Amino acid sequence: MPSKRMGRVPKKILQHELVPEHRVLSLEEAAELLRRLGVRPERLPQISINDPIARLLGAKPGDIIEIRRRSPTAGESIYYRIVVTYES
Amino acid sequence: MAAVRRTEARREVLPAAARPAYRTEERYIVDAIHFGVLSPTEIRKIAKVTLVTYTLYDADGSPVPGGPRDPHFGALEPGEICPVCGNTRNDCPGHFGKIDLARPVIHPHYSEFIRDVLQTTCRACGRLRIPPERLRYLRSVHERLKTRWPKLARALEAQVKEEASKRMECPHCGARQFKIKFVKPLHFYEDRPEGEILLTPTEIRGRLENTIDEDLELLGLDPKRARPEWMVLTVLPVPPLSVRPSITLETAMRSEDDLTHALIDIVKRNEKLKREIQSNSPESVIESYWFLLQYSIAAYIDNELNIPFVLTQRRKRPLKTLAMRLRGKEGRFRGNLSGKRVNFSARTVISPDPLIGINEVGVPIEIAKILTVPVVVTPYNIDELRRYVMNGPDKWPGATHVYKKRQNVKIDLKYQRDLKSVAESLEPGDVVERHLINGDIVLFNRQPSLHRMSIMGHIVRVMPGKTFRLNLLVCPPYNADFDGDEMNLHVPRLEEARAEARELLLVEKHILTPRYGGPIIGGRQDYISGAYLLTVKTAYFTKEEVQRLLAIAGYEGDFPEPAILKPKPLWTGKQLVSLFLPKDMVYKGKAKINAGALACDGPECFNDSYIVIREGRLLEGVFDKNAIGAEQPMNVIHYIARVYGHSKAREILDTMYKMFIRMLEIRGLTMAYSDIEVSDEAKKQISELVEQYRKEVERLIQDYKEGRLEPMPGRTVEETLEMRIIEVLNKLRDEAGKVAVSDLDPFNDVFIMARTGARGSDLNIAQMAAMLGQQTVRGKRIHRGLRNRPLPHFKPGDLGPEARGFIKGNFRDGLDPTEVFMHAVAGREGLVDTAVKTSQSGYMQRRLINALVDLYVDYDGTVKDASGNIIQFKYGEDGIDPMLSYHGKAVDVDLLIERAKVLFREESK
Repeated sequence: MPSKRMGRVPKKILQHELVPEHRVLSLEEAAELLRRLGVRPERLPQISINDPIARLLGAKPGDIIEIRRRSPTAGESIYYRIVVTYES
Repeated sequence: MAAVRRTEARREVLPAAARPAYRTEERYIVDAIHFGVLSPTEIRKIAKVTLVTYTLYDADGSPVPGGPRDPHFGALEPGEICPVCGNTRNDCPGHFGKIDLARPVIHPHYSEFIRDVLQTTCRACGRLRIPPERLRYLRSVHERLKTRWPKLARALEAQVKEEASKRMECPHCGARQFKIKFVKPLHFYEDRPEGEILLTPTEIRGRLENTIDEDLELLGLDPKRARPEWMVLTVLPVPPLSVRPSITLETAMRSEDDLTHALIDIVKRNEKLKREIQSNSPESVIESYWFLLQYSIAAYIDNELNIPFVLTQRRKRPLKTLAMRLRGKEGRFRGNLSGKRVNFSARTVISPDPLIGINEVGVPIEIAKILTVPVVVTPYNIDELRRYVMNGPDKWPGATHVYKKRQNVKIDLKYQRDLKSVAESLEPGDVVERHLINGDIVLFNRQPSLHRMSIMGHIVRVMPGKTFRLNLLVCPPYNADFDGDEMNLHVPRLEEARAEARELLLVEKHILTPRYGGPIIGGRQDYISGAYLLTVKTAYFTKEEVQRLLAIAGYEGDFPEPAILKPKPLWTGKQLVSLFLPKDMVYKGKAKINAGALACDGPECFNDSYIVIREGRLLEGVFDKNAIGAEQPMNVIHYIARVYGHSKAREILDTMYKMFIRMLEIRGLTMAYSDIEVSDEAKKQISELVEQYRKEVERLIQDYKEGRLEPMPGRTVEETLEMRIIEVLNKLRDEAGKVAVSDLDPFNDVFIMARTGARGSDLNIAQMAAMLGQQTVRGKRIHRGLRNRPLPHFKPGDLGPEARGFIKGNFRDGLDPTEVFMHAVAGREGLVDTAVKTSQSGYMQRRLINALVDLYVDYDGTVKDASGNIIQFKYGEDGIDPMLSYHGKAVDVDLLIERAKVLFREESK
């Protein structure tokens, strides 16, 4: 459930060095990703709609967020999380 | 439940190996398993007997009908025919019975569900305490969430429970509700205005019966498979005899299983209760017997509940009842399903054999005659198998059984007088169960199995003796030594399993560990000092010595040209080592001795501490721990395994490494008192140092006593004093060590071992030759024991070095009594630490493994769990198998360039 205690999320958290780059995939991109992986959306890792980043991006349940992380092994790695209304 | 149809099949005596795979048998495919609660109807349906008496046997020893040993529970004795299914003990599956309870009883393990239902439903009409409007809404939400978002459905159920339990008036019938107080695990009280009233199971069951299916679904129950009223027992199932067999002692006395004892108790109390009810006893009397029945049923299910009642055997030992059979390390799950005892396995002490290969394991003949492998007779192996059959079960290599295919019989050769005729009767298609012979593959294991390298495939080598023999180079992956270690051996029997073991589990396929990119197999101790002594600049060998060295390694090439011709032909150790290296090998790296005075940073190294291999020749540098040791990433063996494959690496481990230990046999390596004997001069120097530093410590203490000591930031004066003293004393130990080490011959055997990394360190040498230094407990100087002093030898409050565990003695000259005590105190801490650490990390490992067991890397490189949820989009974010990486890196650019240079040079030649 979306929390009722949503305060404003300061924009500056996006600039923090520990916060990797997040982006909401377009419908086409999301469909392409799921086709490539051959899985249904509920098999993806999840992110809560109350997550500060999800709120800042204005993501809606079912959206897929692409995260580009710095990785000690691969330089940069791409991760995907689907926005859900609950936390598991 | 689907009834399983039976096909009339001939009894199968062929082992699985010989069974043709194409035979189609009637099968059912399981597509789902549901767990639910047994309903009374179901219990009555499966029950073949009703228990009404607790007597087991009558006077003539036959089981009493209606007693806990009624024959309808299934045939167990030889020759007994089951009155229910008509089978003998081999085919009778056993049958359930039942006890009709005089009054219902709460099942202790379900009582929390019962609480939930009682708290959320109306005590009068049984409906969920939520207004109809809202209820309809919640139900439609729940309906949609149920299948696709089960986690969310659980959350909704929790919310429903909270909402409903808050409402103190039923929105459906208006009845007033009361708080339910639940006392684990059996009692429910209702908080009515007139006081707390205990609810009887009958009452509770009545309320649960009133609930309707739709409401229960919102509470997370599946009413088709688990109606809440089934959680209050009205009839108790009694397991078949095969679940609770009795044992006959030599005295012909029968001893019954704990479960039977528990059941006797239950029947006794049930019958008593029945009688009381029939004779119209006052309700309070009935209730007290009812309680007793409740307790004994609760204990029958779980004897470790928090109730003031435990079922015991004649007032002593608690009975082992149902839940205890399943729970814990020795329970059904962890003890029998996750871990089983197996056939075709052996266990004995291990001992070293440096002469067998790393892929091999020495198996005692005695064991080889017990472990067997089934072999199908073909025209090609019939002569060989006939020989085995002729030898029989007691002469190795022989055979223990023969399966005749046409006659479909199994012949035990142990009872066969005429082995010759059995051998002659062999024909293709028969199966011979033959002894383990040289060349068979087996699995070898040492506990704790923390690694995948803890179980590896070895090739059998049958030999005399009573121990398993293994090559010393495979000790590191098993973490084995020979101080009494035992190891297990398993024989894979089917061709499929044997092929898998050979291809995947063989030792040589595990030279590199998947934990980090590096070799786990390699030399330790003597191999390292031997390699050093063989490859040092000063090592030259006569022809005879070269022959001995090359012979042990099984060298078969041309005899090398000597490095020195006059006055007599001599060969260098580097030359000999080079004979085994691949001809185009290029390698560079630092040796272990590359430190301190012998440090070098490149190939131009006068100290011979930088390894350079060009064109397969060791040009410079010595082989020591960094070149040939186990668990040393990027060493020579690692490089060879990476570039030339593991079978080349195995070849080198089986040949070159044998030279290293032969080298020690030629030269000898030992340690003497004189190796750690320091000169009188150095001794004087050390005692001067002791005096000097003692004064310094005294000064610090004096300063402290007179309040002149300046505390360090964030510390008290006392802490500052301690830290300063420890600092000073550590400096003393280091300097004394330095004096001793520089006084000793740096080329004696002790130093060779320490420098090459074979065993020991400079610190160990300093402790032997100079002084032990400060002993600590939890990083502090030893201060516990008596009041204000560790030992009565010192004055109370003495802060001096000796009184707080500083040892100025050394192992060579011996310690004072007080020093021995301080050393023992600090030594004890080490022992306690290891004991605690192993148990804690073992538990952590168990938790981790249980959490990770069913993760796998899919073909597309993603990591998924058992239900297909994606965990990582690319394994390790880079998709690299650490076993095939260079110490974690995908490629080692430097090595590639080095190799490219050589290849280019060869091209341009």
